Amino acid sequence: MTNLVWTVLPYLCLVVFVAGHVWRWRHDQFGWTTHTSQVLENRLLRLGSPLFHLGALGVVGGHVMGLLVPASVTEKIGISEHAYHLTAVWGGTVTGLMLMTGLVLLIIRRVVNGRVRRVTTRMDKVLYAALAAMVVLGMIATVGVNLLGGGYDYRETIAVWFRGIFWFQPDPTLMTGAPLVYQLHAIGGFLFLALWPFTRLVHVWSAPLAYLWRPYVVYRRRRGPAPTAAASPEQVRDAAGEPSARR
Amino acid sequence: MRIRAQVAMVMNLDKCIGCHTCSVTCKQTWTNRDGTEYVWFNNVETKPGIGYPKHYEDQDRWHGGWQLDEKGRLKLRSGGRVKRLSRLFVNPDLPSIDDYYEPATFDKDILVNAPAGLKDTPVQQPRSALTGEPMALTWGANWEDSLGGAHEHGTGDPNLARMSAEAAARVKFEFEKTFLFHLPRICEHCLNPACVSACPSGAMYKREEDGIVLVDQDRCRGWRMCVSACPYKKVYVNHSTGKAEKCTLCFPRIEAGQPTICSETCVGRLRYLGIVFYDEDAVLAAASVTDEHDLLEAQRAVFLDPTDPAVQEAARAAGMPQEWLDAAERSPVWRLISEYKVALPLHPEYRTLPMVWYVPPLSPVLDAVGEAGRDDTDADDIFHTIRELRIPVEYLAELFTAGDVEATAGVLMKLAAMRSYMRARTLDGTVADDLLDGIGMTADQVEAMYRLLAIAKYDERYVIPAAYSKDAAALEAQATANQDCALDCEGGPGMTTQASAESFHLVEDDQVRPGRPGLLSRRADGRRGFTINPLRGGA
Repeated sequence: MTNLVWTVLPYLCLVVFVAGHVWRWRHDQFGWTTHTSQVLENRLLRLGSPLFHLGALGVVGGHVMGLLVPASVTEKIGISEHAYHLTAVWGGTVTGLMLMTGLVLLIIRRVVNGRVRRVTTRMDKVLYAALAAMVVLGMIATVGVNLLGGGYDYRETIAVWFRGIFWFQPDPTLMTGAPLVYQLHAIGGFLFLALWPFTRLVHVWSAPLAYLWRPYVVYRRRRGPAPTAAASPEQVRDAAGEPSARR
Repeated sequence: MRIRAQVAMVMNLDKCIGCHTCSVTCKQTWTNRDGTEYVWFNNVETKPGIGYPKHYEDQDRWHGGWQLDEKGRLKLRSGGRVKRLSRLFVNPDLPSIDDYYEPATFDKDILVNAPAGLKDTPVQQPRSALTGEPMALTWGANWEDSLGGAHEHGTGDPNLARMSAEAAARVKFEFEKTFLFHLPRICEHCLNPACVSACPSGAMYKREEDGIVLVDQDRCRGWRMCVSACPYKKVYVNHSTGKAEKCTLCFPRIEAGQPTICSETCVGRLRYLGIVFYDEDAVLAAASVTDEHDLLEAQRAVFLDPTDPAVQEAARAAGMPQEWLDAAERSPVWRLISEYKVALPLHPEYRTLPMVWYVPPLSPVLDAVGEAGRDDTDADDIFHTIRELRIPVEYLAELFTAGDVEATAGVLMKLAAMRSYMRARTLDGTVADDLLDGIGMTADQVEAMYRLLAIAKYDERYVIPAAYSKDAAALEAQATANQDCALDCEGGPGMTTQASAESFHLVEDDQVRPGRPGLLSRRADGRRGFTINPLRGGA
């Protein structure tokens, strides 16, 4: 069971994540979009969307810092454990709250506004539910455990296990002692990655940074052969021979 | 000099009766789908009026188009590259759907299935196409048709705000009786398109061959910057697919040598289609001239004279077939814009160098002539009215010449002189030389212009060379270069081992590869794999 959850499941999810993206990119360029609904509703979005996106960027940055950077590295460059802890907890709390507020506003918008509700797909609902679950678990871990509670040093267990996955040497025993909320957040995280390629989240990979150095006006040549005109009624008539008596 | 051809349009506004046939046939062809209910690639507005979407000409509000910065450099009014990316999460300049209108449908079943013997007449109720709920109709794409509601909304016309206070006040005062005209609008397919320049993903592009501006539906990621950057608000969000859509100038028809559907079905026969040669390298400088009143002449200077042998030589060197050169010489658009100089661009001050031009309407002026108790057939009376009654002229100048009244008045005088000249010519056979001198045109020119504007034969209105002839010309050149077999040259179809349709089309690189549709066939982008129909239904 330990192996199944902490070794097999992560790899399974990562495979789905990668393969799903390859499949989606090759076969669904037309569906690869932010699915903007700003024309339908602007008031809640104006506040919710920036909060959500900026919060999400901060949260992703926090996860990179906490999971991918080993504690030995931060110590070596002169960041004390205490300084790291403060940064992580307060940074995580602030960006997490931004993310949560934004998400709540966006969900309210989806529910309350009939126009937006109508263009909300089933996959959008799944995505919102998954996001909400992940954010709640993450906030309990950050605020509940690390800020208000006794704290838990995930950098010695979860982060080591997480990095192990990418060296193909995950140690599932590291996870068995983690608090339940961390375990659920980790499992949920991988499931979330597996869901990613099938949702509108794929627009993240199209962040248009190339716009910064591209020339303004884009010229392109026409693709493929041009169509030929369909025969006009006169041509059809003439091809059929003598014009017959018409009504 | 980099010579390019552009398929351009001119509309003769005097002939527009506001029947909306162009809008309807366009909608039937292009935007009768989910998510595009509110979208009119072609719409007809009544001017004065606030337009569709509401107040779209007010660039202080929408920040569309270009402007010059303090150093005189051209930049998008909505900001540069970094600012744009900082606004990806929410675009502050984006119109909401209420600025267009809430599209409605009617449950006609109630009428069809009403049982016999009802005491009350069954009524069909409008239902929102966005929510499905019953709704009240309060606005539409042509809500102000023929000045409907103008006493309430008309003063909000952004063009009036830019006119001199006294002239604007007179328009307000005499609203119903002064003037109105219809303004059909499509995408301008600009030489310096703001939408293309604002597209973060590079999905929008201007075609090299014919200048048509398109959205690549596979590459659009729904950042919706094009919608706000276009000062004419002619790019739309399809809220069902999440992608931007716009007027395509009916490119499949244009490529086949046919006019766009709006032109083809135009009852008043007021649209002209033809190609114009222009110098791509001169575009930026023309869009950057300091004085807005110089923009008209600057844009005319970007166009190249198709009768000039040097231009023809350059066109041939650029690979254009003879058919395109001939079409450029016969182009009605070139004649109206550059030879007769009676066509004007819509809002040149947006600095996008639009390519749908308009022959301004003389009818509002003629109405004013009649009202002032003058003779609307007499050129002198018309001239005086144009000079004195500045209302219609100042208004037209805001639309077509960035407020340059002299330029607009000059065009109107040409049109008035043409009428008087042709009246004299037809009624008593005299040639009114004084009129010709006044507008600086020859008798032949005026008569040709009259024929083009008034008789407006189909073949003269639409001079569109078919696109495939360009490929044909390349094949022909290849044929004459090889003695034995035309296909045996280096890289020619005869040289490849698998001679097939794949290597035949003279396209730039390996796109468009036919194959058996279905399992593991080659798709349009050249890769192998399952093919999924992108046009499948559902949101």
